[in-house]
Amino acid sequence: MTTDILTFTDLKKHFVIGHKGILNRETVTVKAVDGVSFAVREGETFGLVGESGSGKSTVAYTTIGMYRPTAGTISFRGRNLFEGNKARPLALKKDIQIVYQDPGSSLNPRRSIKEIIGLPLQIHRRPPTPPNVGGGRRGNRLEQVVQLLEMVELPPDYMHKYPQMLGGGEKQMVAIARALATEPSFVILDEPTSALDVSIQGKIINLLIRLQNEFHLSYLFITHDLSLMRNVASRVAIMYMGKVCEIAETAEFFRNPYHPYTQMLLSSIPVVSEEEEKLKPQKITSTGEIPSPVNVPSGCSFHLRCPSKMDICSEVDPVMVEVEGGHTVRCHLYGDQ
Amino acid sequence: MAEQATISREFATTFTAQQIKQLERESRREGLGRAWYKFSRNKLSVVGMATVLLLVLLAIFAPWVTPYPKHAGPFTDFAHAKIPPSLRYPFGTDQIGRDVLTRIIFGLRSSLLMGVVVLALVVPPGVLLGLLAGYFQGTWIDTVIMRITDIFLSVPPLILALAVASVLKPNLWNGMMAVSLMWWPWYTRLVYGLGVALRNEYFVSAAEVTGASTAHIIFREILPNTISPIFTKMSLDVAWVIIIGSMLSFVGLGVQPPEPSLGTMVADGSRYLPDQWWIAVFPALAIVVVVLGFNLLGDGVRDMFAAEEI
Amino acid sequence: MSCERSEAIPLIEIKNLHVHFSVYGGRLKVLDGVDFVMRSGEKVGLVGETGCGKTTTMKAILRVLPMPPARIPQGEIYFKGRDILKMNASDLQQVRGRGISMIFQDPTAALNPVFSVGQQLEAVIHHSTNRESKLSRQEIHQQAIASLQEVALADPERLLRSYPVQLSGGMRQRVCIGMALATGPELLIADEPGTSLDVTIQDQILRLLRKLVEEKNTSVILITHTLGIVRETTDRVYVMYAGNMVEVAATTELFSHPLHPYTRGLMDAVPRLTGGGVSDGIPGRIPNYLNPPPGCRFHPRCPQAMDICRQEKPYFYKLSDNHEVACFLYQGSKEQGSKEQGNLRPVTCDLRPATWRAL
Repeated sequence: MTTDILTFTDLKKHFVIGHKGILNRETVTVKAVDGVSFAVREGETFGLVGESGSGKSTVAYTTIGMYRPTAGTISFRGRNLFEGNKARPLALKKDIQIVYQDPGSSLNPRRSIKEIIGLPLQIHRRPPTPPNVGGGRRGNRLEQVVQLLEMVELPPDYMHKYPQMLGGGEKQMVAIARALATEPSFVILDEPTSALDVSIQGKIINLLIRLQNEFHLSYLFITHDLSLMRNVASRVAIMYMGKVCEIAETAEFFRNPYHPYTQMLLSSIPVVSEEEEKLKPQKITSTGEIPSPVNVPSGCSFHLRCPSKMDICSEVDPVMVEVEGGHTVRCHLYGDQ
Repeated sequence: MAEQATISREFATTFTAQQIKQLERESRREGLGRAWYKFSRNKLSVVGMATVLLLVLLAIFAPWVTPYPKHAGPFTDFAHAKIPPSLRYPFGTDQIGRDVLTRIIFGLRSSLLMGVVVLALVVPPGVLLGLLAGYFQGTWIDTVIMRITDIFLSVPPLILALAVASVLKPNLWNGMMAVSLMWWPWYTRLVYGLGVALRNEYFVSAAEVTGASTAHIIFREILPNTISPIFTKMSLDVAWVIIIGSMLSFVGLGVQPPEPSLGTMVADGSRYLPDQWWIAVFPALAIVVVVLGFNLLGDGVRDMFAAEEI
Repeated sequence: MSCERSEAIPLIEIKNLHVHFSVYGGRLKVLDGVDFVMRSGEKVGLVGETGCGKTTTMKAILRVLPMPPARIPQGEIYFKGRDILKMNASDLQQVRGRGISMIFQDPTAALNPVFSVGQQLEAVIHHSTNRESKLSRQEIHQQAIASLQEVALADPERLLRSYPVQLSGGMRQRVCIGMALATGPELLIADEPGTSLDVTIQDQILRLLRKLVEEKNTSVILITHTLGIVRETTDRVYVMYAGNMVEVAATTELFSHPLHPYTRGLMDAVPRLTGGGVSDGIPGRIPNYLNPPPGCRFHPRCPQAMDICRQEKPYFYKLSDNHEVACFLYQGSKEQGSKEQGNLRPVTCDLRPATWRAL
């Protein structure tokens, strides 16, 4: 029986970006995440999909500790990640790691690969096991770095290189090695292959899957590439303007999308074969821009672009309801108010 | 619960400790090769470096390379005063009969010393303050440091130097103190600007997320990214400090006679223009050569630290 | 590479272009004999992974490569029959912006943040039309408004007064397109348009490009590494690898019958909506341009490499009117005299993961 390893309960993260009004008393707030609830099960890959401004990256950064929630909780193995006002304990930092989207900026160009991967080893002080104990030897730190490089299939002389000497895919492998150096149980993958070419994407994805199986990792996989999501995640949640619109198991999500936004997104995916074209929902052209997160529309935030808009949509924000087993949607078309 | 079954993550390394050490050595050598390539691509930088090297050697070995070392101290020879440049006195003699060439080379000592010492005094604290203010931007640390910096920067620099130097006994060391006091804020401001931008980079977040200490982030993540602009500024600053030092001795502060100083030589010699032009012109040219040398060297240093594209 | 029977001079013709860069350790031989042809009115895609030289090729066309590290030891680029590489500065200025326009991948970086949209757009119009007819400020302003309307931007007056930072990514990209088309170019080079944008907005932008191109009969070169976009937006596709064109075909033909092992590898690597996992992609990485492999530059990564591939460089062989490929699987060696057909394998369309490696 799998348990939930990471649970989001009505998570909100608002950023105050300025003031306006008379005497600047009114604050201008960006509601990046505005009430997100879902749970990731141990050992699964939970996919989070959304366009820019949807809040998916903010969810990731809040989980990893870069931001504190404005409201709501994130629980890791039942324990609130933001207990009290203290900084996150080292043990939790070790257990939850992240691979950032752009390997070019997540690796310090002035530090060698050896130093980059060595840092988590140094902080969490993975001790070298004495020889002749147990199966393999862990060796000193340098050797541990080489071991991690081997794990991501990079040659050991890469240790002395600097990030800008590596290709995009290789940089991302270094980022993965760094994330896994602390032996975490939960890894957030924020668009891990979006900056890479399709020809190397597969290698990294399959490496991540292999590592997941080998070390029983749980992943929160964030991407805007729906075709990739189809092949990687076991369950998918789609976000729009800070809220979750729909959650379902992957096959079900793609075969039977309920939410108009999901349908719109699925119908715009560029595919390479006729076979796939037939699987897409009927083309829904999106008109207009994604609204600014500062001026969130009233009621359901999607109503300005929604082809199935009803009167109630501009007034009342819908709540999440379950339409089928394990498939939940937040839309007035399906909810009973 | 911390007690989940930790699956062993041992990997057999297929590389021996020996091989790893070998890789370390090779990489160090390659690093130097690349640095030299980047530096030497502009021939002028090499010229600058050669010039500076020559000047430093001359200054160090002054007593042995100059034709008339005694002329650098208390020495008078009115019989041979104001002789124009000749084989015996390549740059001529000044109004007291001292060989100008010798005095220039000895004068280099105080100029170069001033450049090096002032920077050594100024850069570490300036950079440190800038890093702290930058990392703790928005807090009281930032406010205190930057307001103090602003105060120092708001006083016209030369006046500050003059004020300090005139209060203290006029000599080389006090001259250096005076210049240092007005120089450090520029480094703080430079590093502050860089630090504020850098702390928003993802690699800094990545280090924080892993659990790195504040000290590590400031000195190991942020500082290395500021080295390039700092070094570039330093090599250009040497030239400026030397000029300021010359200005101080020109007005009678700093180095005192009979010790030679390029600035004093220009000041004294200017009275004898244009007839005995060599007394002022050669020391002035020496200042130009020193400044030019360091500027060209600075360009090369900047190129050397530039991030590689390939 | 030969053209089809056509009387008109091709719009762009690149012949055997070589581009080298001088770096620490030697010279990067990035472009190794690139051939490219397109006629007026076409929408041509250029597909290849990062580092294959597609942007370098486009920059060479516009002559915006930094010439000290870059050198062009060989090759010609013709725009409507005139050699661009030999043009003088004033002729070149006519070509840039008026003959050929380019939009870049990152619209944020392409727009100057300290000038308003209007200032930038009007500057472009002013510089491009100043020669023949001096337009008044009013006329320039009207034309700017018209450009923005053409790219489906609402409220153009207000937009002209806005600054790029106030616009969303999609709007910025549309402004860039407007700026590029405001000069009425004959050729538009679009370098990964919409890559940094969301899928729905990217979709809009591509549809907009198609519409504009049809209305104004502008030709387009669409550079991308995303195969799906190429399929929907182009008539003909070039596939590029490590400084060489390896295959060119009509779009429908390329997607139903990819021939070159690299093309097949790319198709195979794309994750499918039908599920089934992701293939490992193409093993290895792009060659080191300091010391590129002899013969065919793809042979170290090619599952079907033969001896000849390591020795000789393949050349474009015309399989049919709308399909050419540079690969010894489909042709004999040049030394053998004629273009004998080599082992022409029956081409299957089954590109499920792992099938490619099983060939």
